[in-house]
Amino acid sequence: MTINTDLLNKATAFIWHEADLLDHKEYQEWLSLWDKNGLYIVPTDNNETDYENTLNLALDDADMRRMRVARLDSGESVSASSVSGTVRMVSRVRILEETADYVVVRCAMTLNELRHGNLVSYPADLEYRLKPTDDGFVIDRKVVKLMHADGFLRTVSFIF
Amino acid sequence: MSELIALKNISQKAADMVEEGRVHKALYSDPEIFEEELDKVFQNTWVFIGHESEVPEAGSFKTAFVGRHPVILSRDRKMNLHVLLNRCRHRGATVCEGRKGKTKAFTCPYHGWGYGLDGGLRAIPKVEEYEGVLDKSDLPLESLRHESYQGLVFATFKDDIEPLEDFLGGAKKWIDLFVKQGGGYPLKVLGEHRFNFPGNWKIQLENTTDAYHFPIIHKSFISSLDNATADIFDFLDGDGFVEDLGHGHSVMVMIPDLVDLEADLDQPIPERFEDLAQALRDEGQDEEQVKRLVRAAHGTGFNLNLFPNVSCSMAFFRVLRPVSAEVTEIQHVAIGGDGAPAPFNRKRMRLHEHFQGPMGFGTPDDGEAWERVQKGSMAGKDGWILVNRGMGNLHTSADGNVAGAVCSETGMRGAYQKYKQMMAAEGEK
Repeated sequence: MTINTDLLNKATAFIWHEADLLDHKEYQEWLSLWDKNGLYIVPTDNNETDYENTLNLALDDADMRRMRVARLDSGESVSASSVSGTVRMVSRVRILEETADYVVVRCAMTLNELRHGNLVSYPADLEYRLKPTDDGFVIDRKVVKLMHADGFLRTVSFIF
Repeated sequence: MSELIALKNISQKAADMVEEGRVHKALYSDPEIFEEELDKVFQNTWVFIGHESEVPEAGSFKTAFVGRHPVILSRDRKMNLHVLLNRCRHRGATVCEGRKGKTKAFTCPYHGWGYGLDGGLRAIPKVEEYEGVLDKSDLPLESLRHESYQGLVFATFKDDIEPLEDFLGGAKKWIDLFVKQGGGYPLKVLGEHRFNFPGNWKIQLENTTDAYHFPIIHKSFISSLDNATADIFDFLDGDGFVEDLGHGHSVMVMIPDLVDLEADLDQPIPERFEDLAQALRDEGQDEEQVKRLVRAAHGTGFNLNLFPNVSCSMAFFRVLRPVSAEVTEIQHVAIGGDGAPAPFNRKRMRLHEHFQGPMGFGTPDDGEAWERVQKGSMAGKDGWILVNRGMGNLHTSADGNVAGAVCSETGMRGAYQKYKQMMAAEGEK
């Protein structure tokens, strides 16, 4: 088995950059990482593939991403104000597919959230479809498969 | 509070904690009262467990709870529904796991006892050791009495309870209106969101008949809407109302224009539904049907609270389950039309995702408020929760019910009076 470590490094660097932006609530810059037709998806059923015709926890196109960020940044959401912070670890990065148009990457994430003094942990598989650009990538699709997606979650006032 | 604690009888204590315009804060956290509620409320009335569309075919099942009891809603080969306690009659293991699915039988994983979709005990491995000891026909999965109205399935532990339709009473008219949001198609469950919050179930019960909170806690949601839609949600000064429907049920009409989704079909299509209208036209729907589906896609302009555990809440079912005095699980069940054009159901799901569920633009802020109610209720030795808003401005509705302004707490008072009545009754052990 040959691993394209150059591509793996590039993809990993991009995903780490995104993770850092999200943990530090640099949401406007996060928005700029996306292709305009990209979709941010958090399914309720991790075996589902037809996201548009099923109910998801989130299925954000560009408009919804912009509104989600506006809500979190607005200062109007009391739950967003109560999130002390998130720290996410991303690892186990693997390139699943490489074509002329896309790189499909799967990795593991554990996100820890502190809210009202309580730590909550969210283990998840992340699946990215990244579109190569002249200076890196843009996100065409990001699917966050929470391990307990079909369980009773706590409410979420941050971005996975 | 000291006087209340002095009362030896727990049930009397809880009932005394409900006055006309206020309830004692200990009702949110006292574990003894919670146990009493499971007996006297949740085991003693009709409890919503799901919608018939969740078990569409022979062999379909879903799991649910009646209070603390895990149950299975199943559909047998003759298409009859059954509500079965999820407990093997041998050593007590659950015989069915997962949210929903299809099966031919319920088989206990421990020793292999097998039950039919109707709960009948069909198979016992190594049965010869039971010869002369037991008769299979004596040991089906225990079944609960259940009845449906407009596809909404309720179950009860109380065998001699009044028929479901009598229990629903004045709420039936509103359920009939609620199901019109299938857009001319039978209502169908499209999926659900699940979350919990560290607080008492009655905090959720209150919330779905509380219009007062909407523009305050949900300001960040309203800001995310276009102006025309934001205006629709600016309903506190409108002509809405809250009506006490009896039996603890109530309806809160926030948007009177959207009470009957099959009326006023000539209205222009709002901007935020133009994409849906075009998608429906592209599918060959005529303009009349486009308008009908677009109007249905809004959902209804009211919340119908059914005591004790479900609200038909504008465009979805909100189901609560009491886990402990200080933990409640909630399901936000998305609905659409069975056989309706795909763009219609897609739009319904996107609207649901926008506000509902753990990642919606509304629910997290509700959850934050409820968590704070629970936390704040621990402050002080004594204290009361006010539910007296609008008590000085009541009228009699066209249906002869007590009604108040849209942001009155009329529905909460109705629910708490039913609660008081049930908690004051002698427990059935």
